Amino acid sequence: MPLLELDNVATFYGSIQALKGISLSIAAGEIITLIGANGAGKSTTLMTICGIAPPRAGRILFRGAAIEAAEPHEIVRRGISQVPEGRRIFPHLTVTENLAMGAFLRKDSTEIARDREYLFSLFPILKERRHQPGGTLSGGEQQMLAISRALMARPALLLLDEPSLGLAPLVSRLIFRIIRQINEERRTTILLVEQNANLALRIAHRGYVLENGRITLEGNCAELLGNEEVKRAYLGM
Amino acid sequence: MKALAELKKSLGIALWFMALTFPVMVIRVNTIERVVEWRWRNMAFIGIGSFLLSFAWRLLLARKERGRGKTDTGDGTIPAVRRRLLAAPGIRQPALAALALSAAAFPFLFSSYQTNIMTTALMYVMLGLGLNIVVGLAGLLDLGYVAFYAVGAYSYALLNHHFGLGFWAALPVGALLSVLFALALGFPILRLRGDYLAIVTLGFCEITRLVLENWNEFSFGPSGIANISRPGLFGLRLTLHEATIYFYFIVLGLCLATLFVVRRLQHSRVGRAWVALREDEIACEAMGIDKARAKLTAYTLGAAWAGMVGVLFAAKTTFINPASFTFLESAMILSIVVLGGMGSIMGIVVGAFLLILTPEYLRAFSSYRMLLFGTVMVLMMVFRPQGIVANVRQVYRYRKQPESEGCAGG
Repeated sequence: MPLLELDNVATFYGSIQALKGISLSIAAGEIITLIGANGAGKSTTLMTICGIAPPRAGRILFRGAAIEAAEPHEIVRRGISQVPEGRRIFPHLTVTENLAMGAFLRKDSTEIARDREYLFSLFPILKERRHQPGGTLSGGEQQMLAISRALMARPALLLLDEPSLGLAPLVSRLIFRIIRQINEERRTTILLVEQNANLALRIAHRGYVLENGRITLEGNCAELLGNEEVKRAYLGM
Repeated sequence: MKALAELKKSLGIALWFMALTFPVMVIRVNTIERVVEWRWRNMAFIGIGSFLLSFAWRLLLARKERGRGKTDTGDGTIPAVRRRLLAAPGIRQPALAALALSAAAFPFLFSSYQTNIMTTALMYVMLGLGLNIVVGLAGLLDLGYVAFYAVGAYSYALLNHHFGLGFWAALPVGALLSVLFALALGFPILRLRGDYLAIVTLGFCEITRLVLENWNEFSFGPSGIANISRPGLFGLRLTLHEATIYFYFIVLGLCLATLFVVRRLQHSRVGRAWVALREDEIACEAMGIDKARAKLTAYTLGAAWAGMVGVLFAAKTTFINPASFTFLESAMILSIVVLGGMGSIMGIVVGAFLLILTPEYLRAFSSYRMLLFGTVMVLMMVFRPQGIVANVRQVYRYRKQPESEGCAGG
């Protein structure tokens, strides 16, 4: 049984249809990437999964249970955490407080402390800045904090929206390497939406190509990287 | 060099003001003697005055800019000093004891008039703390807070008038009715945020007042309700002076209870949910916090306090009419919260005393009251936007953190 399954999902913004029947499935432990041009529906797919933009038609199954009608906070409780587009860290709370907020639903304080130490070991810069308000961090550090905060909920599935947005190439490469590391060490399943197809396809296992709200291609990353169409349209080769 | 430029700018402003006020301040046409008086001395006063004010303003602004660089890079050394000072048992305990003693002795040392003023100030402390839950903690701008205050006051007045319900029974009933009102209003407005919420709550406040003013059969209209019973003390007959003292202690006790509850709330789980809500609504949802529920708890809890203080108000004045529940009252309570420091309990206590007591003791300047009030507000927002006592949030520590209680967002 796949961890997450989307079956013919259609999402609208008012009268505009953003997703025109998306079907995809993610197995536990995978990194899946959604690539596509601006406005193809990548972010909408994530927002639909986490309940912020609920679908008008279709089914979403998480661990076999339907979640398409659940409230966003209910979906988080079930084990899907999201790193929202634009990071959205709490600007006036310190790094530590931001992380504590990520663990809002948990009550096992010793485990929470252990997770925090693990994340500090992944991102040592956050440990250095742990008493600093989130708003004073650089863009890359904020992205690291946003990812860490989402992981503090111990999700089974992590949704990442454009983690490389507005970051220096070196920083985005570091973040992608750590995403891979988290997937390997924690067995966290990851759904990654990314503009930078080159980077995304190198760390993911499988990928889907979105065009105008439809999935036009899917396959494992090696295949997609070798596909002439993908090369031309998204890798700039 | 820089000072010279500043001087030049101030000089420019002085000249500008002199030109602006020239027609009003200098020329006076005496229609009886048919002469024009030229009052050049006024112009000189205005010039010197505006020059000095503008220069002082610039000086302070420059100093503030310099100061900001210092405090922001350091990790908050100024609050740290204050916290240490307050945390030191050698200072904290005696200070608290002295405060408690003077609060208890106050009505016996001063006249009924002074006790009355102090009671009013304490009631505003409670109102401020209640609104602080909504505005300071949860970040929902509520301009119609006084509506719940009115609901509380009228529920006691009407229940007392029609059914002879006593003060102590009415206290929880008033709070409960306000909560019901807040729930009824809360559901539709939960989707709104920021400015939209402010306008809707403002509208609600006005509707409440207009209904009270016009629905004569229900609320006796603008003539209000008189002869509301004062709180009784086991059937004892109290003189007016004794009743004032007794009432002072009721309000003092409730005020302390409020302080305690709000303090606990702030550091509880639901308090954390409010902080997340205030900081970023979308991220708050992504944390698994039930946004609607967090908003509704803040809104209704705030209303509960307003309702309770409303009952107190009706019992204190023994007469209420809709004129006591205008938007100005909402603005006053909001000013207490903002001036004192949003989210800071200490700040709100100080803010309430300042805003309620100063006008009372500055009766001599009563006609300039609103002018002074406005000036103080502008100065505060420019030089100390975080309020008189900035909010020092509790720092969360993982290991020492006690088991969280309450249930925001479930």
